[in-house]
Amino acid sequence: MTAVLEKTQTRNTTKTIAAVRRDALPDALRKLDPRTQWRNPVMFIVEIGAVFTTVLSIAEPSLFAWLITGWLWLTVLFANLAEAVAEGRGKAQAAALRSAKQDTMARLRDGRVVPAPDLALGDVVVVEAGETVPGDGDVVEGIASVDESAITGESAPVIRESGGDRSAVTGGTRVLSDRIVVRITQRPGESFVDRMIALVEGANRQKTPNEIALNILLAALTIIFLLAVVTLQPLAIFSKAYQAAAPDSAAITAHGVTGIVLVSLLVCLIPTTIGALLSAIGIAGMDRLVQRNVLAMSGRAVEAAGDVSTLLLDKTGTITLGNRQACEFVPLKGVDPQALADAAQLSSLADETPEGRSIVVLATSEYGLREREAGLMTGATWVPFTAQTRMSGVDLPGRSIRKGAAASVITWARQHSAEVDAIVDRISDEGGTPLVVAENDQILGVIHLKDVVKPGMRARFDEMRRMGIRTVMITGDNPRTAAAIAAEAGVDDFLAEATPEDKLALIRKEQQGGRLVAMTGDGTNDAPALAQADVGVAMNTGTSAAKEAGNMVDLDSDPTKLIEIVEIGKQLLITRGALTTFSIANDIAKYFAIIPAMFAGVYPGLDTLNVMRLHSPGSAILSAVVFNAIVIVFLIPLALRGVRYRPSSAAALLRRNLLIYGVGGVVAPFLGIKLLDLFIQLIPGI
Amino acid sequence: MSGWFLTLSLVVALAAVHRPFGDHMYRVVVDKRHTMVERGIYRAVGVDPAAEQTWGVYARSVLAFSAVSILFLYLLLRLQDRLWLSLGMDPVKDHVAWNTAVSFVTNTNWQAYAGESTMGHLAQMSGLAVQNFVSAAVGIAVAVALLRGFAARKASTLGNFWVDLTRITLRILLPICVLATLILMISGTVQNLSGGTDVTTLTGATQHLTGGPVASQEAIKELGTNGGGFYNANSAHPFENPSVWTNWLQLFLILLIPFSLPRVFGRMIGQNRQGYAIVAVMAVLAIASIALTVGFETHGAGTVPQAAGAAMEGKEARFGVSGSAVYAAVTTLTSTGAVNSFHDSYTSLGGMMPMIDMMLGEVAPGGTGSGLYGLLVLALITVFVAGLMVGRTPEYLGKKIGAREIKLASLYFLVTPALVLIGTAAAFATGNNATALNTGPHGLSEVLYAFTSAANNNGSAFAGITVSTGWWDTATGLAMLLGRFVPLILVLALAGSLARQQPVPESEGTLPTHQPLFVGMVVGVTVVLVALTFLPALALGPLAEGLS
Repeated sequence: MTAVLEKTQTRNTTKTIAAVRRDALPDALRKLDPRTQWRNPVMFIVEIGAVFTTVLSIAEPSLFAWLITGWLWLTVLFANLAEAVAEGRGKAQAAALRSAKQDTMARLRDGRVVPAPDLALGDVVVVEAGETVPGDGDVVEGIASVDESAITGESAPVIRESGGDRSAVTGGTRVLSDRIVVRITQRPGESFVDRMIALVEGANRQKTPNEIALNILLAALTIIFLLAVVTLQPLAIFSKAYQAAAPDSAAITAHGVTGIVLVSLLVCLIPTTIGALLSAIGIAGMDRLVQRNVLAMSGRAVEAAGDVSTLLLDKTGTITLGNRQACEFVPLKGVDPQALADAAQLSSLADETPEGRSIVVLATSEYGLREREAGLMTGATWVPFTAQTRMSGVDLPGRSIRKGAAASVITWARQHSAEVDAIVDRISDEGGTPLVVAENDQILGVIHLKDVVKPGMRARFDEMRRMGIRTVMITGDNPRTAAAIAAEAGVDDFLAEATPEDKLALIRKEQQGGRLVAMTGDGTNDAPALAQADVGVAMNTGTSAAKEAGNMVDLDSDPTKLIEIVEIGKQLLITRGALTTFSIANDIAKYFAIIPAMFAGVYPGLDTLNVMRLHSPGSAILSAVVFNAIVIVFLIPLALRGVRYRPSSAAALLRRNLLIYGVGGVVAPFLGIKLLDLFIQLIPGI
Repeated sequence: MSGWFLTLSLVVALAAVHRPFGDHMYRVVVDKRHTMVERGIYRAVGVDPAAEQTWGVYARSVLAFSAVSILFLYLLLRLQDRLWLSLGMDPVKDHVAWNTAVSFVTNTNWQAYAGESTMGHLAQMSGLAVQNFVSAAVGIAVAVALLRGFAARKASTLGNFWVDLTRITLRILLPICVLATLILMISGTVQNLSGGTDVTTLTGATQHLTGGPVASQEAIKELGTNGGGFYNANSAHPFENPSVWTNWLQLFLILLIPFSLPRVFGRMIGQNRQGYAIVAVMAVLAIASIALTVGFETHGAGTVPQAAGAAMEGKEARFGVSGSAVYAAVTTLTSTGAVNSFHDSYTSLGGMMPMIDMMLGEVAPGGTGSGLYGLLVLALITVFVAGLMVGRTPEYLGKKIGAREIKLASLYFLVTPALVLIGTAAAFATGNNATALNTGPHGLSEVLYAFTSAANNNGSAFAGITVSTGWWDTATGLAMLLGRFVPLILVLALAGSLARQQPVPESEGTLPTHQPLFVGMVVGVTVVLVALTFLPALALGPLAEGLS
């Protein structure tokens, strides 16, 4: 994979990482501003708590109070740090992109020269060799080779020409040869590079639907625990009054539980772990796509990718190698196989298509015919393929050879036999393309052209099936051919002789059944289907109409990447779920640390709950608070990297993640808090 | 009867009947035809039985019906001395009448009065008993509306509340109650309209024995998970619950509808296995709770129980420790709140169990209807977290759980704990806890129990606390009212939001919600949520007392 951002990062590796480190801490501190912090309700509550304990510590200073206060501030800071680090990676990428976007001047067709940012929608500009394309647009005149490495990282130049599906050019790319006329299709400031920069920076990042839902749940849990803690006070005062003989402690006095301890209990109970990492997880998810050279126009699309249940894949280029290859010559009865191979080779000498070349190669390698050069044949008249005749060939003195679609060649040769039909049918049934070869009036036999399924595709589709995703192959082939290739590749279904309307209809049908559909496309006629699909990945080589319609753009223009996109979407959701589970499961151990610490002084029996045998009430509470803060730092790498995802059934995934993050979430804090307590008890006075 | 045998026989009986009875309830709620009587009722009330209601209209119908019910019951209690069959009773005091009206309409049956010395026969029969029927029917109707939401595809309506209410009352509750009344009468429960009999006791004193329509009240009290006793002593009174056999029958009636509703759920959504999963969650929680309660009571700590071999204080000799402990667990696992023993006298940890049962949100199996919808909301929250872990936007039964659904579900599980905690704290903050007869952790338990019971619409009392003051009647009345109708509106809104969705077809990538792993997770989430919310309060009450 050629990932521009990886490349640019490699180029600036040291610089980038240093920049991320350098910027993260100031960024994290800036985020402490309540106007920013309140956007994360869970951490906002922690911040308020920290302010409260700071005031209490100033009023009644003690080592315990200041330690708790310090760690509460660190908790908020760690959360902001997680977000800042995640954003920092995007910022470094944006910087790399910005450097690619230079101050370009644009030459309009009428001769005026304006700065590129002033170009309006619909302006027509001329770009010549050595110049930079000033904005996104479509080539309306000419053909040129263009260096797009600034956007895609791919250094090999690509051809851009007017008309057809290769007419889109991107601002910031360089024309290497020739001259093209481009009609600008972007509004000022909304170019592809601008959008890329905004996306990787997370500038106007909006919360995705699932993130919103999870935030609501976390807010609800926070409210519950807030209530549980606040309403505890009258009960604590009552209990302390009943056991008036019990001495006051750092945790509880006649006025009830101390403010410091109440805040500690609250912060330990509310889901701070996931609250701290939630937005970092989202940013990192987008980031992982960018690393694979895919640009998602919205976080919503990334989430939808995890939900996809139907995948529409183009046959050519995705499932099969781009071109068909000759694999066999089938002579009619009584025809010498050598004669057929000879005729087939002769007819293909001038055929520069991959199919034509593969015929020449097969004739050479399997039938020992020597290679001949089209240019060296004297007296040969080459007959090119046209859509009307649907055949090609050569006229030599006394010999006239044609190869092509069965019906056309049969008509040309004015010969018809059941044997030819039988061979043609067999090859079609096997998913091949039959080319009939005839010399003069005699049909010699049939060339079997085969679609070659890319290696490893069957395993990939089996994997998809285990994930509950149905794969549908889209092809222009006839149903028989399509069925054979579909069977060989192992897809679940196929759409043969597909027109853009058929594609659109198929997507609508799937969506009506409640399924989410993902597809890739590049042509202008794919645009409606790309827009209709829940996840529409446009190829960067495609037209700007396609890029506008899709909600993701693959800079590598690799249609198989759809499968990776789905996995990234799933990984994003799994990471959120896993850390939420972990966060809530953590609370159990914290209760066992804090409840006895608060009340064992009043009711000694409650010390039974101190199962970790923590040193003192002070050390127990401090250990819980410190654990709560440190666990955020420990989990930042996981939040950024994402939980490991191996394609498997939902039941298997659930079992695995529940074991690791659910059971692990219950056990880990017992060990962590105990361990911290062993150190904290060494602090004098705690 | 030992606890094990009692529990096992109930499990066997319920396992045998929950399918056919659930199928019967399913047919009742989906039936297209109306009986003559029903058509007559619809005409009389002016309801078009064919009119489908959106969730908003359905909710307004529930609220309107309940508001009228509260008003009617309040007036009946206030004016009972001017009506028939008052047995010479005074009008019920205003705050008691408000509390009682709210209590019976919300299916709580919290009783801030003693039945035999407060209520005449008319108030009992046409006031309290009527509400016992319709409040149970309201719960079932709302649950059915939620099930329709799950089953619907892109629909905007949830059925018709008036039709559901009428059918559930006439075709489900009434027939079983008639049968159960007869059995109870044969088994010795009192049923007459007598104004009472004066008898001379063995010691020569005179005692006034109140008779009345007890058996008929008793049947719906249990079947509708109401729990409001004819007598103050409730099911501990020999006229209500004379024998071990009637005790068994009462337990069976309590559990019958809540344990059969998941079958209706399975039938409605066309996947019976989903219903079994829900039954399994209910059963695991219920059996665990019963086992713990019986265990704490039979092996309970304390000097007296250990000397006596078990904690017999406050329990009827004819039921024994097990028969009482099982009853205490069952009555609080459902929203019944009938009692056949004195929960205040339980061992500290044994007495904590009924509290925890209620704190679970009464979902195992819970009240008629309310248990199922409560558990489905918990299942939804479980699916939301677990569903993320399989890498998809969470969905339950093909319905996506988005921001709106999780908002409604979160608010649902927020309401009741908030009422319990705020109510309890308010009692202590305002000094109204002083009406508790005990001090220290036990006194704290008494207050905590009262608000837990009211907010969860249970109605059982730990007792040992004077709750007939104006403050208590108002506070528990509010807790009951909000604890019933706020969640109920949220559930209907949730149903409306689910109904609008087009279900996502099931695939290998779908979180399976019928397997033991999922059952375990719902149990886990339920217990953890409750533990996290209430552990601090429990620590200062029953835990402080029990662990000392």
